Amino acid sequence: MSTVRVLVGTRKGAFVLTSDGKRERWEIGGPHFAGWEMYHVKGSPVDPNRLYASQSSGWFGQLVQRSNDGGKTWEPVGNKFVYDGVPGTHQWYDGTAHPWEFKRVWHFEPSLTDPDTVYAGVEDAAIFRTTDAGQTWQELPGLRGHGTGPKWQPGAGGMCLHTIIQDPSNSNRIYIAISAAGAFRTDDAGKTWRPINKGLYSQYIPEPTAEVGHCVHHVAMHSSRPSTLFMQKHWDVMRSDDAGDSWHEISGNLPTDFGFVIDVHAHEPETVYVVPIKSDSEHFPPEGKLRVYRSRTGGNEWEALTNGLPQSNCYVNVLRDAMAVDSLDKCGIYFGTTGGQVYASADAGDSWTPIVRDLPAVLSVEVQTLP
Amino acid sequence: MIRVVLPPHLRTLAKVSGDVEIAVEGHVTQRSILDALESRYPMLRGTIRDQTTQERRPFLRFFACEEDFSLESPDAPLPDKVASGAEPFFIIGAIAGG
Repeated sequence: MSTVRVLVGTRKGAFVLTSDGKRERWEIGGPHFAGWEMYHVKGSPVDPNRLYASQSSGWFGQLVQRSNDGGKTWEPVGNKFVYDGVPGTHQWYDGTAHPWEFKRVWHFEPSLTDPDTVYAGVEDAAIFRTTDAGQTWQELPGLRGHGTGPKWQPGAGGMCLHTIIQDPSNSNRIYIAISAAGAFRTDDAGKTWRPINKGLYSQYIPEPTAEVGHCVHHVAMHSSRPSTLFMQKHWDVMRSDDAGDSWHEISGNLPTDFGFVIDVHAHEPETVYVVPIKSDSEHFPPEGKLRVYRSRTGGNEWEALTNGLPQSNCYVNVLRDAMAVDSLDKCGIYFGTTGGQVYASADAGDSWTPIVRDLPAVLSVEVQTLP
Repeated sequence: MIRVVLPPHLRTLAKVSGDVEIAVEGHVTQRSILDALESRYPMLRGTIRDQTTQERRPFLRFFACEEDFSLESPDAPLPDKVASGAEPFFIIGAIAGG
């Protein structure tokens, strides 16, 4: 029988949650790297026991941990992230020029074909790559240097590159997203990049339809339709059917279109999940009800999924990298909250159960479906 | 041998308990201590000082013999008692955060 491994990054350590394919009984492993901020843990799709973890702290900076045995043991690997050339400046919150400074790795995206190759999305926003299993990291400078960098500015969480999506049908195509700059795409394996934000409207920036400056919170793709993208923007849930060349809004009947996470069902490319959050000034679910919303129509028509989720006095947040799906026949959906709960649904969202309730604030959730 | 007291998180990272003892060649300074420390425990690179600029990370301070050497030149000699191993070189994390 298949097994499922959920990799959870929290404010105070990483946890590995495992279950068989029934997803009823879970073993909780961890904390790994207790006391450290674990922004992201992710496994290689080629070698699922090869994991990469981003470990950081305000005191000691950035570390990168690698596991070759599915998270049982770890070893620190290279943690030197140096921007290519003179880093230049981006906009600070007040619009003044601010030098680029490395702070942390938000997201690791292992290659679809090589367990030793991994992309890293970092703050201040840039994309790095290793081809030696994390020993050394090199920036792909075409992104930061393509021309609009001086116009990028940080969101509330910092100026982070948080989303990296590889096109499984075209190894030269990668999508990334930055808060607050927007989405970008390369079609030449990372040498050159261009903004793909046409159709986004952000009323909180001086030019609401600007080429860059949009606070994109997360982007998701179904592997069978790599030109269709779903985006949770600061406000607005968006969709593109032309690889990001244009976007249209699909917020439809959501109670609020603010939020952080977005993901796609493993087997139904038109089934999309979001967790609406009240607003950018009140980072908790509307009405104190934790509801996942599911659209089976690729957006616009959404249904609230509440069975097993707290429907009163719930004031947690669900951060941008804290939702994932497994690939079992009955697709499992997982998300973690800033209250330390990790919820799982073994029936595509119809019902939910907390795997664990009292972890530190959850920063990221990834799922591995193992044979 | 030079005695170095690491913050708890760095002891865990380096897989050591208690004080660390390291040999330092030449003058005993912040830089020579950290060079020797990072050479013996490479996993500490970048956690105490920036790997490129060599600047002390801002939430860490260096103490010895009840004095704060954090703002001294990294190449300034440290007290003889540190060089002789009679007193440890403390790497202290700021009391901040939650």
